[in-house]
Amino acid sequence: MTTATTPVRTAARPSVPAVGARRRRSGLRKRLELALLLGPALLLFAGFVLVPIGIAAFYSLFKWNGFGPLDEFIGFDNYVDAFSGTVFQSAIVHNLIIAGLSIVVQLPLSIGLAMLLNRKLRGRAVLRALVFAPYVLSEAITAVIWVLMLQPNGFADQVLKGAGLGGLVHQWLADPGIVLYTLFAVITWKYIGFGIILLLAGLQGVPAELREAAALDGASAWQTTRHVVLPLLGPTIRIWIFLSVIGSLQLFDVVWIMTTGGPANASTTMATYLVDHGFKRYEFGFGSAVAVILFVICFVFALLYQRFALRRDTQGALTRMVG
Amino acid sequence: MFAKRRIPVLAALAAVVPLALSACSGGTETPAQPSGPVTLTWWHNGTTDPIKSIWEKVVADYHQAHPDVTIKAQPLQNEDFPTKVPLALQGAEPPDVYQSWGAGDLASQITSGKVADITDATKPWITETTGKFGENWQVDGKQYGVPFEQHFVGFWYRKDLFQQAGITTPPKTMEELNAAVTQLKAKNIAPISVGGKDRWPDAFYFNYFAIRECSADVLKQSVKAVKLEDPCWTKAGQDLKNFLATQPFQTGFAGTPAQQGAGSSAGLVANGKAAMELQGDWEPGTMSALTEDKQLDSKIGWFPFPSVAGGQGDPAAVLGGGDGFACTTRASKACADFLQYLGSEPVQTQLAAQGAGLPVNTVAAKSLKTDTLRAVYDYGTKAPYLQMYFDRAFPTAVGAALNDAVANMFAGQGTPEGIVTAVNQAAAGNK
Repeated sequence: MTTATTPVRTAARPSVPAVGARRRRSGLRKRLELALLLGPALLLFAGFVLVPIGIAAFYSLFKWNGFGPLDEFIGFDNYVDAFSGTVFQSAIVHNLIIAGLSIVVQLPLSIGLAMLLNRKLRGRAVLRALVFAPYVLSEAITAVIWVLMLQPNGFADQVLKGAGLGGLVHQWLADPGIVLYTLFAVITWKYIGFGIILLLAGLQGVPAELREAAALDGASAWQTTRHVVLPLLGPTIRIWIFLSVIGSLQLFDVVWIMTTGGPANASTTMATYLVDHGFKRYEFGFGSAVAVILFVICFVFALLYQRFALRRDTQGALTRMVG
Repeated sequence: MFAKRRIPVLAALAAVVPLALSACSGGTETPAQPSGPVTLTWWHNGTTDPIKSIWEKVVADYHQAHPDVTIKAQPLQNEDFPTKVPLALQGAEPPDVYQSWGAGDLASQITSGKVADITDATKPWITETTGKFGENWQVDGKQYGVPFEQHFVGFWYRKDLFQQAGITTPPKTMEELNAAVTQLKAKNIAPISVGGKDRWPDAFYFNYFAIRECSADVLKQSVKAVKLEDPCWTKAGQDLKNFLATQPFQTGFAGTPAQQGAGSSAGLVANGKAAMELQGDWEPGTMSALTEDKQLDSKIGWFPFPSVAGGQGDPAAVLGGGDGFACTTRASKACADFLQYLGSEPVQTQLAAQGAGLPVNTVAAKSLKTDTLRAVYDYGTKAPYLQMYFDRAFPTAVGAALNDAVANMFAGQGTPEGIVTAVNQAAAGNK
């Protein structure tokens, strides 16, 4: 915002004629240049991002089945309906549970594995590739594979029984009390490779000299990790948390294919709820309202996170416009 | 100032008026038919054989007989229709012929103004071709589509597993069904499989209990009013609850898909892992794709949903539905002619003979592949009352709410009253 207004102000300010003229001309050129270079991208962004969001917000004010004219204006009723519906409430809770579990379970796991894989050990390249492999699969394929493995007496149950852990066998996808955690395990399987690769890249940025210095000062491996490595990994971890929370809030594919949000809505997420109502029930107005809610939640989180958590990391990276 | 404003208003009027006019005229008079050669875009769900090949042949044959009509078939996955049809009907160029399951969905789609009223074009032949069944593609007495197949739901069972458990005759009453379940369990056989993940198979049970508990009049009136008021509905829910309490289903049924993979409910029966499944007449075709067993057809039997003691409904009433096609307005005349061809004897005979489904045209019924399918066909067509699956008969959102409420009960949550409330609330527009 500020970057856009700054040049206008500079240009309008009367100053020493000669310098002002030159500055004005160069300002104009700069703006022309900007318009030329940014214009197409901005147009596309407006057309394919801003306008659809606006349209969705508009539709959300109507009771509309997606076919006829938009003639039943109901104000914010769709929003009231969504927030007062128990299914949508539980969907929000499910998204938050997944986001929370990601930070509590996936993050430490990723850091640990990344540190292991960062060491010099035999077959490291193969291990890295293996860990990263699930991330390469599409979500749809991941979901189909796991549906087959998790069906009663399927591969997962056989493995557990073979290992003498038959007591752990559950109705992974059929028990409302467990299904969300089953899905979280599948999501972890799929995305942990991404976290590890990100953190490995972060670990490359930890200078060896610092570790050596710490070792010379007599720090134990744990102390080095705790006081040297982890703080330096901070920016990477903060970015990972950002991506992970946004991903958790938008969670859709794996859930839709594996459970369609069931049984008894025990694994409904905001996104599956949205598709279920928008497309399966022809409630496009209501679906749009849910989409707007999902968007606002993600947007507000992104803004707050950028403002408070990522500020330090991005401070040096922000480019400032030269008036 | 004013001059500036007038243009957009006029432009908007210019854009809206034809729309409004076409929406009004869509009903009575046929909009300008393209004369001369016509190309019909045809969206169907025949992505797999046998129906895929049959439709390919239909396209070629029809073009040969009608050189000025070219049909561009576009097979789409079944699941794509709910998303693609609304978008297409909003757009400028919807397909000319598209898969339609009639009733509730069709009624929603008609509000787009792009679905053609083909009452006049179909009047001369529709009763002869489809019997009374074509009425399910009517909305407010006007014909908006034509079926090519009908479906009836009942129990498919494995004769070998029944024999193993000492069940000699298929159950005719709920008591007999419960006894059969006990006998099968005693032999460690999963009595009934159900694809609870997909929800609609769960709903078949509630649908059938309702058909047995409620009189045909109550059913008709409730569907028309989209309101469940008669106490028979709650009784149906109670029947379902009692039945669930006998635990007749396979382990993990709430997460089992209906038709995908050997572990699906259909796959379990096909591979002898479960003895029965309440499914439509398409079941043998679905099962044969999920097993290596080439002798499957001879091992499978069929019996109707049992009678329920004290119910107001006719014990011979049947649950079902059908597949059909609807026309959009651009070339509705050519489209209706094409639909007549789909209902004609040569096409219907192919559908029946190749096991693609139960024909709507009675002439073709004798070509059905197996005795079992002929028995299903006879039972269904002779039934005193056909109830279309409620999720299709009700407006879409209400049908989905019903399926959800039933699925919740299958997952151990919810009450008989809860199902009734869920439907009535959805009909009132509440979430």
